[in-house]
Amino acid sequence: MTEKGADRQISNMPEEVELPRDNGELVFDAPWESRAFGMAVALNESGKYEWPEFVDQLAGEIKADPAEEHTYYEKWLHSLAELAVQRGLISESELAERTNEYDTGARNDDDH
Amino acid sequence: MSGHHDDGHTHEQSEPEIRTKALESLLVEKGLISTDEIDEVARLYEQDIGPMNGAKVVARAWTDPEYKRRLLEEGTSAIAELGYEGAQGAKIAVFENTSDVHNMVVCTLCSCYPWPVLGLPPTWYKSEAYRSRAVIEPRSVLKEFGTELEDEVEVRVWDSNSEVRYMVLPERPAGTEGMSEEQLIDIVTRDAMIGVTRVPAPASAV
Repeated sequence: MTEKGADRQISNMPEEVELPRDNGELVFDAPWESRAFGMAVALNESGKYEWPEFVDQLAGEIKADPAEEHTYYEKWLHSLAELAVQRGLISESELAERTNEYDTGARNDDDH
Repeated sequence: MSGHHDDGHTHEQSEPEIRTKALESLLVEKGLISTDEIDEVARLYEQDIGPMNGAKVVARAWTDPEYKRRLLEEGTSAIAELGYEGAQGAKIAVFENTSDVHNMVVCTLCSCYPWPVLGLPPTWYKSEAYRSRAVIEPRSVLKEFGTELEDEVEVRVWDSNSEVRYMVLPERPAGTEGMSEEQLIDIVTRDAMIGVTRVPAPASAV
């Protein structure tokens, strides 16, 4: 994928799920947001799901949060985790366990 | 999950940050994805969507000597001519790379960056390693980016701050004499405008 330009279907998503932009450029408020973005795109590129499937999942999350209690990328991350579980890429329990390990500091790989 | 720990963590991690790490670590462990791929995607999208404005500025300067003069003299207003305004009112100063002088940009304090022309700063630009080493040993850093400089070439490192952001006007590669301004926009890279690489000569021109 190194020689490919950014995928238009990802750069230009439907209005209701549009990526946060400022002056046309993608906006990430924290590094984890760009990681979450990168993971979703990379999994799609390696054929783990079709992009519209991810978009549907995200659109559902956005619809379910009309008061915007969660940020765009929180919903993005949740959609990604849901889809990964649905696809059998990971299990819900192992994700919960791994999350807990990072949360309690049992696992820590802060190197950047 | 409160995100607060008293176990020696130096910075507090938000809940989504932790969940992102957990997800990434599982996906990587299972071989479904590599950290390089994730970096590459982020880089690609930043590259494709962000630094276009800067590339237009560079291509204009390469093809219009009068514009280039204005750009080097007063970057902010020359860049504004193309419709790009300074970030948070910061000025943008532009330095030209030549066969004698190589300029590169860093922000040793944080991650000041000429957003209006270059989009999002790449991850490495914000790293502790780049921020300290760019000043201490710029030649080694450049070498790691694949940029080998002759000993006679003077290296100038520009440390960005809240008042002035810097951008590098890369050297126009040989073999591009016949290219139009539009074509030149495509060959200008973000890294070259930060000054860590040169603009490579396009394959078709070699």
